[in-house]
Amino acid sequence: MTSSTPSHTLVVRVENKPGVLARVAGLFARRGFNIVSLAVAPTENTLFSRLTIVVDAESAPIEQVVKQLDKLINVVEIQELAPTESVTRELILATVQVNDGQEDRIMKNIENFEANILNVGPQRIMVSLSGDVDQVDEFEASLEEFGIIEIQRTGTIALASISNS
Amino acid sequence: MQTNGGKALMKNLEAEGVEILFGLPGGAILPAYDPLIDSSMRHILVRHEQGAGHMAEGYAHATGKPGVAMVTSGPAATNMVTPLADAMLDSVPLVCITGQVASGAIGSDAFQECDTTGITMAVTKHNFLVSEASEIPQVIHDAFHIATTGRPGPVLVDIPKDLVDPNNPASQFEDYEPSGHNLPGYNPVIDPDPERIREAAELILQSERPIIYSGGGILKARAASQLRELAEMLDIHVVTTLMNRGGFPDDHPLALGMPGMHGNYTAVTALQEADLLITLGARFDDRVTGRLDGFAPDAKIIHADIDPAEFNKVRFADVAIQGDVGKTINELLNALNQLHETRQHPDRSEWKSTVSGWKERFPLVYDEWELGEGLKPQYVIEQLRDLTPDDTIVASGVGQHQMWASQFWHFNHPYTWINSGGLGTMGFAVPAAIGAKAGVPDRMVWAIDGDGCFQMTNQELVTARIENLPVKIAILNNGYLGMVRQWQELFYDERYSEVHLQPDLPDYKMLAESMGCVGIRVESPEEVQPAIEEANEIDDRPVVIDFRTEASENVYPMVPAGKSNSDVIVHPSQETP
Repeated sequence: MTSSTPSHTLVVRVENKPGVLARVAGLFARRGFNIVSLAVAPTENTLFSRLTIVVDAESAPIEQVVKQLDKLINVVEIQELAPTESVTRELILATVQVNDGQEDRIMKNIENFEANILNVGPQRIMVSLSGDVDQVDEFEASLEEFGIIEIQRTGTIALASISNS
Repeated sequence: MQTNGGKALMKNLEAEGVEILFGLPGGAILPAYDPLIDSSMRHILVRHEQGAGHMAEGYAHATGKPGVAMVTSGPAATNMVTPLADAMLDSVPLVCITGQVASGAIGSDAFQECDTTGITMAVTKHNFLVSEASEIPQVIHDAFHIATTGRPGPVLVDIPKDLVDPNNPASQFEDYEPSGHNLPGYNPVIDPDPERIREAAELILQSERPIIYSGGGILKARAASQLRELAEMLDIHVVTTLMNRGGFPDDHPLALGMPGMHGNYTAVTALQEADLLITLGARFDDRVTGRLDGFAPDAKIIHADIDPAEFNKVRFADVAIQGDVGKTINELLNALNQLHETRQHPDRSEWKSTVSGWKERFPLVYDEWELGEGLKPQYVIEQLRDLTPDDTIVASGVGQHQMWASQFWHFNHPYTWINSGGLGTMGFAVPAAIGAKAGVPDRMVWAIDGDGCFQMTNQELVTARIENLPVKIAILNNGYLGMVRQWQELFYDERYSEVHLQPDLPDYKMLAESMGCVGIRVESPEEVQPAIEEANEIDDRPVVIDFRTEASENVYPMVPAGKSNSDVIVHPSQETP
């Protein structure tokens, strides 16, 4: 999924209780709301977790998504983050094929993106990059010419910008 | 003081004011049934768990108190899925306790194990899987709070067997009184925003053709008297949806009755032609709106609801008022009184006489009975209506009989009509009537049922007999899945596919008698009144009357699925030539 898909970013604070992720995922499934990406982890307060959900804007009006989410008893707070009012990050891990003669080019590429090398093996290299969705998309695209063996992206995580929060 | 989970469960149900439990024991809930013997609560032993769920719903509809059901794990829990879904769609306050396999066995495919909280997540307002016995008092307290506040709904509490088993150390804990609720994500808004109230009052004042579109939220909010006050103060006609029959008296001059797919012409058309819908506790269900883009095309919308997710879900609301609908009406009355001191609304006499003209021209009608035909189902309902007390509670199943009951009964009191509106659960009537009778034993309770519906849940008449809940069942027996038959006649070229039941099989009279009820068969019009009078006199056991009705009878008016409400089909005798 690329940044060109019209989407909304929701940051959702939920009670850190068993089954909460299933409740959120089940709600999206049964109401026909499409999730572009979803990231979840505990917060600064162990009683709560924070989810960043990127919602396909064409699958449902965002007002309905937010209001239906809010009806879940374990959902405590929902922020809809506009791109201009938020900081977003995504992490990508990628294992890339490095054929003979391509070493210099791939090293230059990694430097250009300020990506990290995590793991090196015979004719393969594992790299990571954290950035906004556009940067991660561009980085992923730049690796395609070398041959991507495997990639894993985390999906977007987001917080409100300090000036607005 | 030390207690255990089972004792605590009973104590806390009692503390929530529970007087009646509907249920059926089994393996995983067994330890909870032992302390039940010493409890003040009455337990009504059902014959199928679905019956317990619908009885709890009927009880809740009739009394306004939450219905409570208690069953075991696995198949008992899955049998409860239909009542939970029913209660979810009709906003019925319900608390369901299910047993679960012992904590250590969860996830092992143990005997009678199923993922009850996973399965019921989509059909409950909320559910809990208790993980420690000491949670039980607080969870029960929270469950009743969630079920009965905000938009009411079903809450399920799943309790592993070891946590209620006094012989298991895991069930022991220091007793405590639950206080308050730690539910940071649950804060229903009760008080309407004054700014929205002013906007709504302004729209009402400006409107030329207003209609009050009142739904089940009126009954849930116990706001029938406020609705009447508003209608009378504004002198505006009121439609009452299927879920709000009785929420505004049918004998009131401003009453227009039921709108929707089988609503009467006036209610349907008044919504259609209005310039303002004052929507109170209703949700623009597809059965009310017909084809959405053709629904009430000139109307602005005031939408008052406790659940903000209903705003703009189906129809854009020009003014959306979140809050308790009773409080909303009170605030509206205040705001309107202020506005009326200085300003006047437009002349509405033409609109009012147009509506009255429709009422006169398009009353609910049906053809005269002719020799050789089955009974007219509408006639049976009219006779039942006229021969029973005005405050009789009527429960119904789902289908033609439900529509005729809603159309031809005169509901003049709130909480006298109990039906499955949203989910459309066939088989709802018998157990719902029994639950209502348990809740209000001094009132006469009739179920108007179809023969298809009756065959789904009639075994609960055994429960009714044994528990001394003398309900009365009128089966409108046309030997068909009548509503499906009607659709096949009208929309599938009379190609009847799998809709014929047998009017004589089962023999409903004998079936009733075998369950300890009085069974009566009625085949001709002159037998109708004596049979109803006989049934009304019997108060020591349930009565079942098998009314043999005409199979070819259709429900009119009708808005065909996918059509606009402007295309309402009236009874053939009312068609313009």
